Amino acid sequence: MSELRELYQEIILDHNRHPRNFRVLNDADHRAVGHNPLCGDQITVYVEMDGDVVKDVSFQGAGCAISKASASMMTDAVKGKTLAEAEAIFREFHHMVTDRPDALPDVEKMGKLAAFAGVCEFPARVKCASLAWHTLLAAIANKPGAVSTE
Amino acid sequence: MAAGVVTRVLDPYALRGDFPALAQQIRGRPLVYLDNAATTQKPRAVLDALMSFYSTDNANIHRGVHTLSQRATDAYEDVRCTLRRFLNAPDNREIIYVRGTTEAVNLVAASYGSLVLGPGREVVITEMEHHANIVPWQAACERTGAVLRVAPITDDGVLRLDALEAMLSERTAIVCVAHASNALGTVNPIGEITRMAHAVGARVLVDGAQAAGHMKVDVQQLDCDFYAFSGHKALGPTGIGVLWGRMDLLESMPPYQFGGDMIRTVSFEKTTYNDVPARFEAGTPHIAGVIGLGAALEYLSHIGPSAILTHEADLVTYATERLQDVPGLRIVGTAPDKVGIISFTMEAAHPHDIGTIADLQGVAIRTGHHCAMPLMHRLGLAATARASFALYNTREDVDALVRALGHVNNVFA
Repeated sequence: MSELRELYQEIILDHNRHPRNFRVLNDADHRAVGHNPLCGDQITVYVEMDGDVVKDVSFQGAGCAISKASASMMTDAVKGKTLAEAEAIFREFHHMVTDRPDALPDVEKMGKLAAFAGVCEFPARVKCASLAWHTLLAAIANKPGAVSTE
Repeated sequence: MAAGVVTRVLDPYALRGDFPALAQQIRGRPLVYLDNAATTQKPRAVLDALMSFYSTDNANIHRGVHTLSQRATDAYEDVRCTLRRFLNAPDNREIIYVRGTTEAVNLVAASYGSLVLGPGREVVITEMEHHANIVPWQAACERTGAVLRVAPITDDGVLRLDALEAMLSERTAIVCVAHASNALGTVNPIGEITRMAHAVGARVLVDGAQAAGHMKVDVQQLDCDFYAFSGHKALGPTGIGVLWGRMDLLESMPPYQFGGDMIRTVSFEKTTYNDVPARFEAGTPHIAGVIGLGAALEYLSHIGPSAILTHEADLVTYATERLQDVPGLRIVGTAPDKVGIISFTMEAAHPHDIGTIADLQGVAIRTGHHCAMPLMHRLGLAATARASFALYNTREDVDALVRALGHVNNVFA
Protein backbone atom coordinates (compact mmCIF):
# COMPACT_ATOMS: atom_id res chain seq x y z
CA MET A 1 0.00 0.00 0.00
CA SER A 2 3.02 2.29 0.30
CA GLU A 3 2.93 3.14 -3.42
CA LEU A 4 -0.68 4.14 -3.00
CA ARG A 5 0.16 6.53 -0.18
CA GLU A 6 3.11 7.84 -2.13
CA LEU A 7 0.83 8.76 -5.03
CA TYR A 8 -2.18 9.92 -3.03
CA GLN A 9 -0.37 11.94 -0.39
CA GLU A 10 -2.47 13.70 2.21
CA ILE A 11 -1.75 17.12 0.70
CA ILE A 12 -2.92 15.91 -2.73
CA LEU A 13 -6.12 14.49 -1.26
CA ASP A 14 -6.65 17.76 0.59
CA HIS A 15 -6.26 19.89 -2.55
CA ASN A 16 -8.58 17.49 -4.40
CA ARG A 17 -11.24 17.88 -1.74
CA HIS A 18 -10.73 21.60 -1.25
CA PRO A 19 -9.16 23.02 -4.41
CA ARG A 20 -7.61 26.47 -3.94
CA ASN A 21 -8.28 29.31 -6.39
CA PHE A 22 -11.12 27.24 -7.82
CA ARG A 23 -13.16 29.98 -9.41
CA VAL A 24 -13.59 32.17 -12.47
CA LEU A 25 -11.16 35.11 -12.38
CA ASN A 26 -13.13 38.12 -13.52
CA ASP A 27 -10.04 40.27 -14.03
CA ALA A 28 -8.27 37.62 -16.07
CA ASP A 29 -6.49 38.93 -19.13
CA HIS A 30 -5.41 35.45 -20.23
CA ARG A 31 -7.24 32.16 -20.24
CA ALA A 32 -6.99 28.76 -21.92
CA VAL A 33 -8.86 25.48 -21.92
CA GLY A 34 -6.94 22.24 -21.34
CA HIS A 35 -8.30 18.88 -22.32
CA ASN A 36 -7.18 15.34 -21.57
CA PRO A 37 -8.86 13.22 -24.26
CA LEU A 38 -7.76 10.08 -22.46
CA CYS A 39 -10.30 10.60 -19.70
CA GLY A 40 -12.45 13.48 -20.90
CA ASP A 41 -11.11 15.83 -18.23
CA GLN A 42 -11.25 19.51 -18.98
CA ILE A 43 -9.99 22.55 -17.10
CA THR A 44 -9.94 26.27 -17.74
CA VAL A 45 -7.05 28.32 -16.34
CA TYR A 46 -7.48 32.07 -15.82
CA VAL A 47 -4.49 34.39 -15.41
CA GLU A 48 -4.13 38.05 -14.60
CA MET A 49 -0.67 39.32 -15.54
CA ASP A 50 0.99 42.45 -14.22
CA GLY A 51 3.75 43.01 -16.71
CA ASP A 52 5.86 39.92 -16.43
CA VAL A 53 4.38 38.77 -13.13
CA VAL A 54 1.50 36.37 -12.53
CA LYS A 55 -0.61 38.67 -10.38
CA ASP A 56 -3.48 36.23 -9.94
CA VAL A 57 -4.41 32.82 -11.28
CA SER A 58 -7.39 30.49 -10.89
CA PHE A 59 -8.95 27.44 -12.49
CA GLN A 60 -12.26 25.69 -13.07
CA GLY A 61 -13.20 22.29 -14.37
CA ALA A 62 -13.52 18.63 -13.59
CA GLY A 63 -10.93 15.92 -13.37
CA CYS A 64 -9.32 13.20 -11.34
CA ALA A 65 -7.72 13.80 -7.97
CA ILE A 66 -4.26 14.13 -9.47
CA SER A 67 -5.22 16.69 -12.10
CA LYS A 68 -7.38 18.71 -9.75
CA ALA A 69 -4.80 18.78 -6.95
CA SER A 70 -2.06 19.60 -9.44
CA ALA A 71 -4.06 22.54 -10.79
CA SER A 72 -4.82 23.74 -7.30
CA MET A 73 -1.22 23.53 -6.06
CA MET A 74 0.04 25.07 -9.29
CA THR A 75 -2.05 28.18 -8.72
CA ASP A 76 -0.54 28.51 -5.24
CA ALA A 77 2.96 27.94 -6.58
CA VAL A 78 3.00 30.46 -9.43
CA LYS A 79 1.08 33.33 -7.92
CA GLY A 80 3.46 36.31 -7.63
CA LYS A 81 6.12 34.63 -9.77
CA THR A 82 7.48 35.97 -13.05
CA LEU A 83 6.71 34.05 -16.20
CA ALA A 84 10.33 32.85 -16.36
CA GLU A 85 10.12 31.62 -12.76
CA ALA A 86 6.83 29.81 -13.45
CA GLU A 87 8.35 28.13 -16.50
CA ALA A 88 11.36 27.05 -14.46
CA ILE A 89 9.11 25.49 -11.80
CA PHE A 90 7.23 23.59 -14.50
CA ARG A 91 10.49 22.31 -16.01
CA GLU A 92 11.51 20.95 -12.61
CA PHE A 93 8.02 19.56 -12.03
CA HIS A 94 7.95 17.86 -15.42
CA HIS A 95 11.39 16.36 -14.83
CA MET A 96 10.21 15.07 -11.46
CA VAL A 97 7.05 13.34 -12.78
CA THR A 98 8.45 11.96 -16.03
CA ASP A 99 12.14 11.14 -15.71
CA ARG A 100 12.14 8.99 -12.57
CA PRO A 101 15.00 11.03 -11.19
CA ASP A 102 17.46 9.18 -9.00
CA ALA A 103 17.53 11.91 -6.41
CA LEU A 104 14.57 12.85 -4.27
CA PRO A 105 12.93 16.10 -5.36
CA ASP A 106 14.57 19.28 -4.15
CA VAL A 107 11.97 20.32 -1.61
CA GLU A 108 13.49 23.74 -1.32
CA LYS A 109 13.01 24.38 -5.02
CA MET A 110 9.74 22.47 -5.45
CA GLY A 111 8.02 23.27 -2.18
CA LYS A 112 4.71 21.46 -1.79
CA LEU A 113 4.84 20.34 -5.43
CA ALA A 114 7.35 17.69 -4.32
CA ALA A 115 4.26 15.72 -3.24
CA PHE A 116 3.81 14.79 -6.92
CA ALA A 117 7.10 12.90 -7.08
CA GLY A 118 5.16 9.61 -6.75
CA VAL A 119 3.53 10.21 -10.15
CA CYS A 120 6.68 9.05 -11.98
CA GLU A 121 5.84 5.49 -10.90
CA PHE A 122 2.54 5.82 -12.80
CA PRO A 123 3.33 6.85 -16.39
CA ALA A 124 -0.37 6.74 -17.32
CA ARG A 125 -1.00 9.54 -14.83
CA VAL A 126 1.70 12.00 -15.95
CA LYS A 127 -0.80 13.70 -18.24
CA CYS A 128 -3.16 14.21 -15.32
CA ALA A 129 -0.42 15.92 -13.32
CA SER A 130 0.79 18.16 -16.14
CA LEU A 131 -2.50 19.21 -17.78
CA ALA A 132 -2.92 22.35 -15.66
CA TRP A 133 0.66 23.45 -16.30
CA HIS A 134 0.39 23.10 -20.07
CA THR A 135 -2.86 25.03 -19.93
CA LEU A 136 -1.36 27.80 -17.79
CA LEU A 137 1.56 28.32 -20.16
CA ALA A 138 -0.77 28.29 -23.18
CA ALA A 139 -2.93 30.93 -21.50
CA ILE A 140 0.02 33.21 -20.82
CA ALA A 141 1.31 32.68 -24.36
CA ASN A 142 -2.13 33.75 -25.62
CA LYS A 143 -3.03 30.38 -27.08
CA PRO A 144 -6.61 30.28 -25.88
CA GLY A 145 -7.60 27.35 -28.10
CA ALA A 146 -7.93 23.98 -26.44
CA VAL A 147 -4.67 22.52 -25.15
CA SER A 148 -4.52 18.76 -25.42
CA THR A 149 -2.34 16.31 -23.55
CA GLU A 150 -2.37 13.95 -26.53
CA MET B 1 -34.27 -26.31 -21.01
CA ALA B 2 -35.53 -28.45 -23.87
CA ALA B 3 -35.12 -32.18 -23.48
CA GLY B 4 -32.02 -33.52 -25.13
CA VAL B 5 -30.12 -30.25 -24.94
CA VAL B 6 -26.96 -30.65 -22.94
CA THR B 7 -25.64 -27.50 -21.36
CA ARG B 8 -21.98 -27.80 -20.69
CA VAL B 9 -20.65 -26.00 -17.66
CA LEU B 10 -17.20 -24.53 -17.89
CA ASP B 11 -14.65 -24.63 -15.12
CA PRO B 12 -12.84 -21.28 -15.08
CA TYR B 13 -10.25 -22.54 -12.60
CA ALA B 14 -9.19 -25.26 -15.02
CA LEU B 15 -9.28 -22.92 -18.04
CA ARG B 16 -7.03 -20.35 -16.34
CA GLY B 17 -4.14 -22.77 -16.74
CA ASP B 18 -4.45 -22.35 -20.52
CA PHE B 19 -3.67 -18.62 -20.31
CA PRO B 20 -0.01 -17.97 -19.45
CA ALA B 21 -0.49 -14.21 -18.98
CA LEU B 22 -2.92 -14.76 -16.11
CA ALA B 23 -0.25 -16.46 -13.98
CA GLN B 24 1.63 -13.35 -12.94
CA GLN B 25 1.89 -10.89 -10.12
CA ILE B 26 1.23 -7.18 -10.49
CA ARG B 27 2.86 -5.04 -7.85
CA GLY B 28 3.24 -8.11 -5.67
CA ARG B 29 -0.34 -9.33 -6.04
CA PRO B 30 -1.88 -11.93 -8.34
CA LEU B 31 -3.18 -10.37 -11.54
CA VAL B 32 -6.98 -10.04 -11.66
CA TYR B 33 -7.66 -9.26 -15.30
CA LEU B 34 -11.01 -7.51 -15.77
CA ASP B 35 -10.33 -5.54 -18.96
CA ASN B 36 -11.56 -8.16 -21.39
CA ALA B 37 -13.78 -5.79 -23.34
CA ALA B 38 -10.58 -4.00 -24.38
CA THR B 39 -8.77 -7.22 -25.25
CA THR B 40 -8.78 -10.76 -23.90
CA GLN B 41 -5.74 -12.77 -22.87
CA LYS B 42 -4.63 -15.54 -25.25
CA PRO B 43 -4.73 -19.28 -24.61
CA ARG B 44 -1.62 -21.35 -25.20
CA ALA B 45 -3.34 -22.90 -28.24
CA VAL B 46 -3.22 -19.51 -29.96
CA LEU B 47 0.38 -18.81 -28.96
CA ASP B 48 1.37 -22.29 -30.17
CA ALA B 49 -0.41 -21.79 -33.49
CA LEU B 50 1.50 -18.54 -34.10
CA MET B 51 4.80 -20.13 -33.10
CA SER B 52 4.18 -23.20 -35.20
CA PHE B 53 3.21 -21.17 -38.27
CA TYR B 54 6.31 -19.01 -38.14
CA SER B 55 8.52 -21.98 -37.23
CA THR B 56 7.40 -24.40 -39.93
CA ASP B 57 4.92 -23.05 -42.50
CA ASN B 58 5.87 -19.41 -42.93
CA ALA B 59 5.47 -18.28 -46.55
CA ASN B 60 3.38 -15.83 -48.49
CA ILE B 61 0.01 -17.14 -49.58
CA HIS B 62 -1.61 -17.61 -52.99
CA ARG B 63 0.29 -18.03 -56.26
CA GLY B 64 3.32 -19.67 -54.67
CA VAL B 65 4.18 -23.03 -56.23
CA HIS B 66 6.42 -24.20 -53.43
CA THR B 67 5.39 -26.39 -50.54
CA LEU B 68 5.50 -23.81 -47.76
CA SER B 69 3.34 -21.41 -49.75
CA GLN B 70 0.81 -24.17 -50.31
CA ARG B 71 0.76 -25.02 -46.59
CA ALA B 72 0.36 -21.38 -45.61
CA THR B 73 -2.40 -20.87 -48.19
CA ASP B 74 -4.27 -23.97 -47.01
CA ALA B 75 -4.04 -22.95 -43.37
CA TYR B 76 -5.18 -19.41 -44.21
CA GLU B 77 -8.15 -20.58 -46.29
CA ASP B 78 -9.11 -23.31 -43.79
CA VAL B 79 -9.80 -20.64 -41.20
CA ARG B 80 -12.44 -19.22 -43.55
CA CYS B 81 -14.31 -22.51 -43.10
CA THR B 82 -13.87 -22.27 -39.33
CA LEU B 83 -15.29 -18.75 -39.47
CA ARG B 84 -18.18 -19.81 -41.67
CA ARG B 85 -19.14 -22.36 -39.03
CA PHE B 86 -18.49 -19.89 -36.19
CA LEU B 87 -20.92 -17.36 -37.71
CA ASN B 88 -23.15 -19.92 -39.42
CA ALA B 89 -22.57 -18.06 -42.66
CA PRO B 90 -23.96 -19.63 -45.84
CA ASP B 91 -20.72 -19.35 -47.85
CA ASN B 92 -16.96 -19.31 -47.10
CA ARG B 93 -16.47 -16.53 -49.63
CA GLU B 94 -18.57 -14.19 -47.50
CA ILE B 95 -15.78 -14.14 -44.89
CA ILE B 96 -13.41 -11.21 -45.41
CA TYR B 97 -10.29 -10.83 -43.34
CA VAL B 98 -9.67 -7.31 -42.04
CA ARG B 99 -7.56 -5.77 -39.27
CA GLY B 100 -10.45 -5.56 -36.86
CA THR B 101 -13.96 -4.24 -36.35
CA THR B 102 -12.83 -0.70 -37.13
CA GLU B 103 -11.50 -1.65 -40.55
CA ALA B 104 -14.61 -3.73 -41.26
CA VAL B 105 -16.89 -0.76 -40.61
CA ASN B 106 -14.63 1.52 -42.65
CA LEU B 107 -14.74 -0.95 -45.52
CA VAL B 108 -18.53 -1.06 -45.57
CA ALA B 109 -18.90 2.71 -45.06
CA ALA B 110 -16.50 3.48 -47.91
CA SER B 111 -17.41 0.73 -50.35
CA TYR B 112 -21.09 -0.04 -49.79
CA GLY B 113 -21.53 3.60 -48.76
CA SER B 114 -20.36 4.74 -52.19
CA LEU B 115 -23.19 2.71 -53.75
CA VAL B 116 -26.10 3.67 -51.53
CA LEU B 117 -25.36 6.99 -49.81
CA GLY B 118 -26.09 10.42 -51.24
CA PRO B 119 -28.36 13.43 -50.75
CA GLY B 120 -31.75 12.35 -49.43
CA ARG B 121 -30.36 9.12 -47.99
CA GLU B 122 -29.88 8.41 -44.29
CA VAL B 123 -27.64 6.31 -42.05
CA VAL B 124 -29.12 5.37 -38.68
CA ILE B 125 -26.86 4.60 -35.71
CA THR B 126 -27.57 4.57 -31.96
CA GLU B 127 -26.49 6.68 -29.01
CA MET B 128 -24.54 3.77 -27.53
CA GLU B 129 -22.19 3.19 -30.47
CA HIS B 130 -18.42 2.98 -30.18
CA HIS B 131 -16.52 5.67 -32.12
CA ALA B 132 -15.66 2.94 -34.66
CA ASN B 133 -19.34 2.70 -35.59
CA ILE B 134 -19.89 6.46 -35.59
CA VAL B 135 -16.96 8.21 -37.22
CA PRO B 136 -16.75 6.14 -40.46
CA TRP B 137 -20.46 6.87 -41.05
CA GLN B 138 -20.08 10.53 -40.17
CA ALA B 139 -17.26 10.79 -42.71
CA ALA B 140 -19.24 8.84 -45.34
CA CYS B 141 -22.22 11.15 -44.84
CA GLU B 142 -20.02 14.23 -45.20
CA ARG B 143 -18.56 12.80 -48.39
CA THR B 144 -21.86 11.87 -49.99
CA GLY B 145 -24.38 14.36 -48.61
CA ALA B 146 -26.31 11.69 -46.72
CA VAL B 147 -27.69 12.42 -43.25
CA LEU B 148 -26.59 10.66 -40.06
CA ARG B 149 -29.44 9.98 -37.62
CA VAL B 150 -29.03 8.75 -34.07
CA ALA B 151 -31.56 6.50 -32.33
CA PRO B 152 -31.89 7.34 -28.62
CA ILE B 153 -31.48 5.12 -25.56
CA THR B 154 -33.18 5.19 -22.16
CA ASP B 155 -31.34 6.30 -19.02
CA ASP B 156 -30.90 2.60 -18.20
CA GLY B 157 -28.97 2.14 -21.44
CA VAL B 158 -31.65 0.34 -23.43
CA LEU B 159 -32.12 1.16 -27.11
CA ARG B 160 -35.52 2.78 -27.71
CA LEU B 161 -36.87 0.52 -30.43
CA ASP B 162 -39.99 2.61 -30.88
CA ALA B 163 -37.89 5.69 -31.61
CA LEU B 164 -35.60 3.70 -33.89
CA GLU B 165 -38.55 2.39 -35.85
CA ALA B 166 -40.03 5.87 -36.16
CA MET B 167 -36.72 7.04 -37.61
CA LEU B 168 -36.73 4.46 -40.40
CA SER B 169 -38.12 5.30 -43.82
CA GLU B 170 -37.46 4.66 -47.48
CA ARG B 171 -34.64 7.20 -47.06
CA THR B 172 -32.77 4.87 -44.70
CA ALA B 173 -29.88 3.18 -46.49
CA ILE B 174 -28.34 1.32 -43.57
CA VAL B 175 -28.77 0.83 -39.83
CA CYS B 176 -25.50 0.37 -37.92
CA VAL B 177 -25.75 -0.98 -34.42
CA ALA B 178 -23.66 -2.72 -31.78
CA HIS B 179 -24.63 -6.29 -30.96
CA ALA B 180 -23.50 -5.45 -27.42
CA SER B 181 -22.42 -2.04 -26.10
CA ASN B 182 -18.78 -1.85 -25.01
CA ALA B 183 -19.51 0.86 -22.46
CA LEU B 184 -22.82 -0.35 -21.00
CA GLY B 185 -22.94 -4.07 -21.72
CA THR B 186 -26.42 -3.76 -23.24
CA VAL B 187 -27.28 -6.50 -25.74
CA ASN B 188 -29.39 -5.11 -28.57
CA PRO B 189 -32.26 -7.08 -30.12
CA ILE B 190 -30.65 -7.47 -33.54
CA GLY B 191 -33.42 -9.70 -34.90
CA GLU B 192 -36.03 -7.03 -34.16
CA ILE B 193 -33.86 -4.30 -35.63
CA THR B 194 -33.21 -6.18 -38.86
CA ARG B 195 -36.93 -6.90 -39.21
CA MET B 196 -37.72 -3.17 -38.88
CA ALA B 197 -34.90 -2.11 -41.19
CA HIS B 198 -35.69 -4.66 -43.87
CA ALA B 199 -39.32 -3.58 -43.79
CA VAL B 200 -38.23 -0.21 -45.23
CA GLY B 201 -35.61 -1.71 -47.53
CA ALA B 202 -32.61 -0.70 -45.38
CA ARG B 203 -29.57 -2.86 -44.66
CA VAL B 204 -28.15 -3.63 -41.22
CA LEU B 205 -24.51 -3.68 -40.13
CA VAL B 206 -23.82 -5.22 -36.72
CA ASP B 207 -20.73 -4.30 -34.70
CA GLY B 208 -20.10 -7.63 -32.99
CA ALA B 209 -16.87 -6.68 -31.19
CA GLN B 210 -18.34 -7.32 -27.72
CA ALA B 211 -20.51 -10.28 -28.69
CA ALA B 212 -18.37 -12.65 -30.76
CA GLY B 213 -16.70 -15.15 -28.47
CA HIS B 214 -19.13 -14.41 -25.65
CA MET B 215 -22.33 -15.81 -27.16
CA LYS B 216 -23.46 -17.75 -30.22
CA VAL B 217 -23.44 -15.53 -33.29
CA ASP B 218 -25.61 -16.85 -36.11
CA VAL B 219 -25.77 -14.34 -38.95
CA GLN B 220 -28.64 -16.21 -40.62
CA GLN B 221 -30.72 -16.15 -37.48
CA LEU B 222 -29.89 -12.49 -36.81
CA ASP B 223 -30.77 -11.90 -40.48
CA CYS B 224 -28.33 -8.96 -40.62
CA ASP B 225 -26.49 -7.91 -43.79
CA PHE B 226 -23.00 -7.24 -42.42
CA TYR B 227 -21.39 -8.51 -39.22
CA ALA B 228 -17.99 -7.32 -37.96
CA PHE B 229 -15.77 -8.43 -35.10
CA SER B 230 -12.19 -8.32 -33.85
CA GLY B 231 -10.10 -11.41 -33.23
CA HIS B 232 -8.24 -10.01 -30.23
CA LYS B 233 -11.41 -9.56 -28.19
CA ALA B 234 -12.21 -13.24 -28.75
CA LEU B 235 -8.93 -14.80 -27.52
CA GLY B 236 -7.20 -14.29 -30.89
CA PRO B 237 -4.22 -12.14 -31.91
CA THR B 238 -4.41 -8.38 -32.41
CA GLY B 239 -4.52 -7.02 -35.95
CA ILE B 240 -6.95 -9.55 -37.35
CA GLY B 241 -10.71 -9.30 -37.61
CA VAL B 242 -13.59 -10.36 -39.77
CA LEU B 243 -16.21 -8.78 -41.94
CA TRP B 244 -19.06 -11.04 -42.94
CA GLY B 245 -21.42 -9.76 -45.62
CA ARG B 246 -24.17 -11.18 -47.78
CA MET B 247 -22.72 -12.51 -51.01
CA ASP B 248 -24.96 -10.45 -53.32
CA LEU B 249 -24.00 -7.25 -51.50
CA LEU B 250 -20.28 -8.03 -51.44
CA GLU B 251 -20.35 -8.83 -55.15
CA SER B 252 -21.95 -5.48 -55.91
CA MET B 253 -19.36 -3.54 -53.90
CA PRO B 254 -16.25 -1.81 -55.31
CA PRO B 255 -12.83 -2.54 -53.79
CA TYR B 256 -11.83 -0.69 -50.63
CA GLN B 257 -8.05 -0.88 -51.01
CA PHE B 258 -6.04 -1.56 -54.13
CA GLY B 259 -2.89 -3.55 -54.79
CA GLY B 260 -1.71 -7.11 -55.06
CA ASP B 261 -4.00 -10.11 -54.63
CA MET B 262 -7.20 -8.14 -55.21
CA ILE B 263 -6.72 -8.04 -59.00
CA ARG B 264 -7.36 -10.44 -61.85
CA THR B 265 -5.37 -8.69 -64.58
CA VAL B 266 -3.44 -5.45 -64.55
CA SER B 267 -2.21 -3.32 -67.41
CA PHE B 268 -1.31 0.36 -67.31
CA GLU B 269 -4.58 1.07 -69.12
CA LYS B 270 -6.99 -1.05 -67.11
CA THR B 271 -7.24 -3.39 -64.12
CA THR B 272 -9.90 -5.99 -63.58
CA TYR B 273 -10.64 -6.97 -60.02
CA ASN B 274 -10.64 -10.34 -58.39
CA ASP B 275 -13.72 -12.09 -57.03
CA VAL B 276 -15.00 -11.84 -53.46
CA PRO B 277 -13.33 -12.22 -50.95
CA ALA B 278 -9.92 -11.60 -52.59
CA ARG B 279 -11.22 -8.32 -54.00
CA PHE B 280 -11.30 -6.96 -50.43
CA GLU B 281 -7.97 -8.41 -49.28
CA ALA B 282 -5.34 -6.27 -51.02
CA GLY B 283 -1.72 -6.92 -50.17
CA THR B 284 -0.16 -9.58 -47.96
CA PRO B 285 -2.66 -10.11 -45.16
CA HIS B 286 -1.97 -10.96 -41.51
CA ILE B 287 -1.50 -14.65 -42.31
CA ALA B 288 -0.25 -15.62 -38.85
CA GLY B 289 -3.07 -13.63 -37.30
CA VAL B 290 -5.64 -15.54 -39.33
CA ILE B 291 -4.13 -18.84 -38.21
CA GLY B 292 -4.03 -17.66 -34.59
CA LEU B 293 -7.65 -16.57 -34.86
CA GLY B 294 -8.53 -20.01 -36.19
CA ALA B 295 -6.96 -21.57 -33.10
CA ALA B 296 -8.88 -19.16 -30.85
CA LEU B 297 -12.18 -20.06 -32.50
CA GLU B 298 -11.47 -23.78 -32.19
CA TYR B 299 -10.70 -23.24 -28.50
CA LEU B 300 -13.94 -21.27 -28.01
CA SER B 301 -16.10 -23.76 -29.85
CA HIS B 302 -14.60 -26.61 -27.84
CA ILE B 303 -15.87 -24.91 -24.66
CA GLY B 304 -19.13 -23.95 -26.30
CA PRO B 305 -20.83 -20.54 -26.62
CA SER B 306 -23.71 -21.41 -24.32
CA ALA B 307 -21.37 -22.45 -21.48
CA ILE B 308 -19.43 -19.20 -21.91
CA LEU B 309 -22.61 -17.12 -22.00
CA THR B 310 -23.94 -18.81 -18.84
CA HIS B 311 -20.66 -18.37 -17.00
CA GLU B 312 -20.27 -14.70 -17.87
CA ALA B 313 -23.93 -14.01 -17.05
CA ASP B 314 -23.36 -15.56 -13.63
CA LEU B 315 -20.38 -13.26 -13.07
CA VAL B 316 -22.42 -10.20 -14.05
CA THR B 317 -25.24 -11.18 -11.69
CA TYR B 318 -22.81 -11.85 -8.87
CA ALA B 319 -20.83 -8.64 -9.48
CA THR B 320 -23.97 -6.52 -9.77
CA GLU B 321 -25.05 -7.85 -6.37
CA ARG B 322 -21.66 -7.45 -4.68
CA LEU B 323 -21.13 -3.94 -6.04
CA GLN B 324 -24.34 -2.78 -4.32
CA ASP B 325 -22.36 -3.07 -1.08
CA VAL B 326 -19.73 -0.55 -2.15
CA PRO B 327 -20.82 2.83 -0.73
CA GLY B 328 -21.33 5.54 -3.34
CA LEU B 329 -21.06 3.17 -6.30
CA ARG B 330 -23.52 3.49 -9.16
CA ILE B 331 -23.75 1.04 -12.02
CA VAL B 332 -24.07 2.77 -15.41
CA GLY B 333 -26.15 0.65 -17.80
CA THR B 334 -28.74 -1.56 -16.20
CA ALA B 335 -30.38 -3.15 -19.24
CA PRO B 336 -32.04 -6.50 -18.51
CA ASP B 337 -29.95 -8.23 -21.19
CA LYS B 338 -26.21 -7.60 -20.78
CA VAL B 339 -22.89 -9.18 -21.74
CA GLY B 340 -20.11 -9.44 -19.15
CA ILE B 341 -19.53 -5.70 -18.86
CA ILE B 342 -20.19 -3.49 -15.84
CA SER B 343 -19.57 0.25 -16.04
CA PHE B 344 -19.73 2.24 -12.83
CA THR B 345 -18.94 5.50 -11.13
CA MET B 346 -18.13 6.23 -7.50
CA GLU B 347 -19.11 9.34 -5.58
CA ALA B 348 -15.77 9.59 -3.82
CA ALA B 349 -13.41 9.17 -6.73
CA HIS B 350 -12.88 9.94 -10.38
CA PRO B 351 -12.66 6.82 -12.61
CA HIS B 352 -8.98 7.49 -13.26
CA ASP B 353 -8.20 7.34 -9.56
CA ILE B 354 -10.33 4.20 -9.21
CA GLY B 355 -8.30 2.58 -12.01
CA THR B 356 -4.94 3.43 -10.47
CA ILE B 357 -5.89 2.24 -6.99
CA ALA B 358 -7.38 -0.99 -8.40
CA ASP B 359 -4.14 -1.58 -10.33
CA LEU B 360 -2.17 -1.27 -7.09
CA GLN B 361 -4.28 -4.21 -5.89
CA GLY B 362 -3.45 -6.16 -9.03
CA VAL B 363 -6.93 -5.56 -10.48
CA ALA B 364 -6.91 -4.42 -14.13
CA ILE B 365 -9.99 -2.43 -15.11
CA ARG B 366 -10.53 0.23 -17.75
CA THR B 367 -11.39 3.86 -17.08
CA GLY B 368 -12.34 6.67 -19.39
CA HIS B 369 -14.91 7.33 -22.07
CA HIS B 370 -14.46 3.88 -23.67
CA CYS B 371 -14.37 5.40 -27.17
CA ALA B 372 -18.00 6.39 -26.72
CA MET B 373 -17.82 10.13 -26.03
CA PRO B 374 -21.32 10.85 -27.40
CA LEU B 375 -22.74 8.17 -25.08
CA MET B 376 -20.90 9.66 -22.08
CA HIS B 377 -22.28 13.06 -23.04
CA ARG B 378 -25.80 11.59 -23.29
CA LEU B 379 -25.42 10.13 -19.79
CA GLY B 380 -23.94 13.35 -18.41
CA LEU B 381 -20.64 11.69 -17.50
CA ALA B 382 -17.03 12.43 -18.45
CA ALA B 383 -15.93 8.88 -17.83
CA THR B 384 -16.72 5.61 -16.07
CA ALA B 385 -14.74 2.73 -14.64
CA ARG B 386 -15.45 -0.58 -16.36
CA ALA B 387 -14.94 -4.19 -15.35
CA SER B 388 -15.43 -6.77 -18.10
CA PHE B 389 -15.34 -10.54 -17.92
CA ALA B 390 -14.10 -13.45 -19.96
CA LEU B 391 -14.50 -17.19 -19.61
CA TYR B 392 -11.47 -17.47 -17.28
CA ASN B 393 -12.75 -15.00 -14.69
CA THR B 394 -14.07 -16.24 -11.35
CA ARG B 395 -16.23 -15.00 -8.52
CA GLU B 396 -12.98 -14.50 -6.59
CA ASP B 397 -11.95 -11.97 -9.25
CA VAL B 398 -15.16 -10.07 -8.49
CA ASP B 399 -14.37 -10.25 -4.76
CA ALA B 400 -10.91 -8.82 -5.46
CA LEU B 401 -12.52 -5.96 -7.40
CA VAL B 402 -14.92 -5.24 -4.53
CA ARG B 403 -12.00 -5.22 -2.06
CA ALA B 404 -10.03 -2.86 -4.31
CA LEU B 405 -13.01 -0.49 -4.50
CA GLY B 406 -13.12 -0.59 -0.69
CA HIS B 407 -9.57 0.78 -0.76
CA VAL B 408 -10.71 3.54 -3.11
CA ASN B 409 -13.29 4.60 -0.56
CA ASN B 410 -10.72 4.42 2.24
CA VAL B 411 -8.28 6.68 0.38
CA PHE B 412 -10.92 9.24 -0.54
CA ALA B 413 -13.10 9.01 2.58
